[in-house]
Amino acid sequence: MQYMKPHTAAEASDILARNAGAARILAGGTDLLVQLRSGMTEPDMIVDIKHLEGMRDITPEEGGLRIGAGVPGQQIGEHDGARAMWPGVVEACELIGSTQIQGRCTMVGNLCNGGPAADSVPAMIAAGAVARIEGPDGSRDCPVEEFVTGPGKTVLEKGEFVSSVFLPARPKGASDAYLRFIPRTEMDIAVASAGVNIELGDDGTVRSARVALGAVGPRVILVPDAADAITGSKLEDPAIAALVKACEAASSPIADKRGTVEFRTTVAGVLAKRAARIAMDRAAARA
Amino acid sequence: MKNIHVSTTINGDEAEFVCAPEETLLDSLRNRLGLSGAKEGCGTGDCGACTVEMDGRLVCACLVLGAEAEGTQIKTVEGMAIGEGLHPLQQAFIDHAALQCGICTPGILVAAKNLLERNPDPTDTEVRYWLAGNLCRCTGYDKIIKAVQIAAADMRGA
Repeated sequence: MQYMKPHTAAEASDILARNAGAARILAGGTDLLVQLRSGMTEPDMIVDIKHLEGMRDITPEEGGLRIGAGVPGQQIGEHDGARAMWPGVVEACELIGSTQIQGRCTMVGNLCNGGPAADSVPAMIAAGAVARIEGPDGSRDCPVEEFVTGPGKTVLEKGEFVSSVFLPARPKGASDAYLRFIPRTEMDIAVASAGVNIELGDDGTVRSARVALGAVGPRVILVPDAADAITGSKLEDPAIAALVKACEAASSPIADKRGTVEFRTTVAGVLAKRAARIAMDRAAARA
Repeated sequence: MKNIHVSTTINGDEAEFVCAPEETLLDSLRNRLGLSGAKEGCGTGDCGACTVEMDGRLVCACLVLGAEAEGTQIKTVEGMAIGEGLHPLQQAFIDHAALQCGICTPGILVAAKNLLERNPDPTDTEVRYWLAGNLCRCTGYDKIIKAVQIAAADMRGA
């Protein structure tokens, strides 16, 4: 195995393209190193992208924030601007692993794994985040909700890698929240999860919303019906009931040792309801 | 397979080593540099026995490549005592019986030191969450949390 440390995105992309299938990207390494050591993956080449420009930076851009592929969870949690603008995304990132994992794990890595239970992904999808992809033909953007195509599968093509995620600008009176269920209080994988992003109108009703669910299907899903259910409301009981119903209808989980189909479906609705209320309170506080 | 030459700083001293590309920082520290304080427990980032600090952040050395240490600042449990003088955390762990077999102890000491540098007066809950990635199968955590709080009080008073 070779360890490569390219200096430009073009160089990284070139290495990936010339070694398609045999090269793996290294940023935080909290998943890659586990796979390497267990023999799950045996690449010929490790391409460390942490040293490319901007990889470890959180940069203001067009009123939003661009988060580099090498930025660890703890750094996102320390960023006051991110906490104020996208508290749901930040709390989702901070739920990944222990303090030690937080020192290394990245939001981009969490996304690129393509896992349906990845904590930061429902929050990113609810936020309308966009992944920046570098490749042999330069860079392109992909909405996070379109990035994962199935368990462990993404839209990345030969020679491509994700260099950053962009969190868009926020109007006043807008906020988000993320909740997950795990059977213990810390360090576990979501049995079900929900990210909700709410923007309020001047009259205090929901002007627009985005609702995303994790761990209740082969990939994290955006649930437009759930967003429609609360749009125009102040989260009164009928709107909440419609939100829950839409989330349950959109859920198609598997049953495994961590939860049955029925349990996951019910919990997804409950979490979406609670996350919507938290996002609503936070949005009102920023009105 | 080409070995890699790495220049880094460990506990404030410049250090150099040569490692294989797939070698973990944990193996480099233990086998190349003779720093055997960090332990291998699970090897998958779950137990925290290999905790070291890298550029001010806690990491599991088993999930870092030795090659990634190039140009970084690493701190390990070996850097905690100054000469014969133990760090207040080390002294508190001894005085208050916060260890039994000792395998988890170096990782917990490094993690607790990093916490107290960020937050000199944490609540018990904050200590417990911070140390959730450091597994101990002997003491049951209560004495560990108490020792961290006693050391924290000691350090605030000093």
